[in-house]
Amino acid sequence: MSYILGRIGQAVIVLAIAFTAAFVLLQALPGDALLIKFESPESGLSPDQIALLRDSLGANIPIWQQFFDTLGGFLVGDFGYSVQSGTPVSVIIASALPNTLVLATSAFVVAIVLAVALAVLAQLSWLPWLRTMLRSLPSLFISVPVFWLGIVLIQVFSFRLGWLPVINPGPIEGLIMPVAALALPIAAPMAQVLIRSIDDVLTQPFIAVVRSKGASEWWILSRNVARNAVLPALTIAGLLLGELISGAVITETVFGRAGIGRATEQAVTNQDAPVLQAIVVISAAIFVLVNLLVDLLYPLLDPRLKTIATVNA
Amino acid sequence: MSDTTRTSEPSTRRSSVRRAGRARPILLVAAAVYLALMVAWAVLPGLFAHGDPIVGVATDGLQAPSAAHWFGTDATGRDMYTRVVFGSVHTLVTALIAVLFGLVFGTGIGLVAGSVRGVVDAVLMRLVDVLLAVPSLLLSLSIIIVLGFGTTQVAIAVGITSVAAFARLARAEVMRVRAMDYVEAAFASGGSFVSVLLRHVLPNSLTPVIALAALQFGTAILSIAALGFLGYGAPPPTPEWGLMIAEGRNYIATSWWLTTIPGVVVVLTVLAANRISTAISERNRA
Repeated sequence: MSYILGRIGQAVIVLAIAFTAAFVLLQALPGDALLIKFESPESGLSPDQIALLRDSLGANIPIWQQFFDTLGGFLVGDFGYSVQSGTPVSVIIASALPNTLVLATSAFVVAIVLAVALAVLAQLSWLPWLRTMLRSLPSLFISVPVFWLGIVLIQVFSFRLGWLPVINPGPIEGLIMPVAALALPIAAPMAQVLIRSIDDVLTQPFIAVVRSKGASEWWILSRNVARNAVLPALTIAGLLLGELISGAVITETVFGRAGIGRATEQAVTNQDAPVLQAIVVISAAIFVLVNLLVDLLYPLLDPRLKTIATVNA
Repeated sequence: MSDTTRTSEPSTRRSSVRRAGRARPILLVAAAVYLALMVAWAVLPGLFAHGDPIVGVATDGLQAPSAAHWFGTDATGRDMYTRVVFGSVHTLVTALIAVLFGLVFGTGIGLVAGSVRGVVDAVLMRLVDVLLAVPSLLLSLSIIIVLGFGTTQVAIAVGITSVAAFARLARAEVMRVRAMDYVEAAFASGGSFVSVLLRHVLPNSLTPVIALAALQFGTAILSIAALGFLGYGAPPPTPEWGLMIAEGRNYIATSWWLTTIPGVVVVLTVLAANRISTAISERNRA
């Protein structure tokens, strides 16, 4: 119990620091820069209008009060207003999120399937050269930039082969290449960890016992190895969530898909700090929550950890 | 498959696993030669390419790779090979600054956290957790939105994303080395905290840190190319690799070489850096 509480407390602290850092970096520091933009003579605003603007942007409120106002807003889903368009950030995010969620979850599922398939094939294939090739695939794909992979896919499948349209594709058709571009670089480190942990489990004595009893390779992999090898894979899957979000930003830009990634790219290009602040804090929150969940699931999946956790408690 | 072959299988399989990771010196040599070539391109670009990376010959626009133009030419008739050669200095220097930034700050944080322990350790490691919790691209973009666009800004923005990895490794290494007998002995024979740290703990923790630096160098090149592609790095007409790929996108239907070749150069550079990182950490373990 104290393990769970401690882990939750840690997550809350990390989120609090993340929020504070994002506030300092993206709200407190550039706040004055934005006002300089409006106060310059080029904006053509009268001093009265500027005073009004300062009030509406909350620039006259002391910084600590801004902090708690922003924090309160974030807790109830009010992320302030876009500097560029004046729309509430929550509206921008709500309209962009579904697209990104579809892209990211499909890519994540595809990545898991690819990683597991590769790891199993690498174990079961009896041809040495094939095994070596399968094993070196992940390190190749780790080195491939997501944006370039996307461009190469468009080049090959849209322009060379003409299989998939880039302009006005159907909802499913339009998803295939972005999902592939996003999934491959995520699948690669996952497969590496899986292959390594399968190797580790296979060297353990109990596998020799099972094998000597006449179990087939497939039996050993699916019954004995899978349960043991899945734990490191689960950890890396949680950690790769950050890569998934980063990759989604780039994939959406390359394929011109609307979503959080495009909103992020536009926010940076237009120096729209409030939008970026909200996206950063929400991403950090998702990352922390998912990894908290992984840590809490761990003892349930691995009975050995359960006893350690209770002994420590 | 008979039973005798099956019983012999585990051992052969395990040795083939090890061989796959270690005993391929040809790849390591190739990686080192390739990186040396990249460095030579960066230091003396004029020696490898005679053209002008910025001003092209307008009549030579969009030519496919040939003996005259190894990597083809772009829309304004600039030789792509020349641009790739002159671009290597941007990418390599930016990556170097980024890794040094992460190395200095990350290792510093890790050393302090691992040596002092207690509250300082807890606070520093929560800060590191925050750096890990924000997706690396978003972390970079947060820095860029504050500092503005440009090469130095990109270097710092990418450097910050590697601080966490260096800090965690340095901390773990310090705690590992601290528990060694000879460090205990150095303390017992009257070594002060700082002198033991600098003379014994730091040098013994260095090899894994250097292996990580090589790995981060590859990651940094990927991030720099991505930021350059998004248009946040060096402005056109700088021959930065990521930017070149972005510019080539407009001709994707007709001129495959504009995007494909700079991308292959990036992939090979990252692969080479990763291979060298693996070699360093394997030598350390052996």
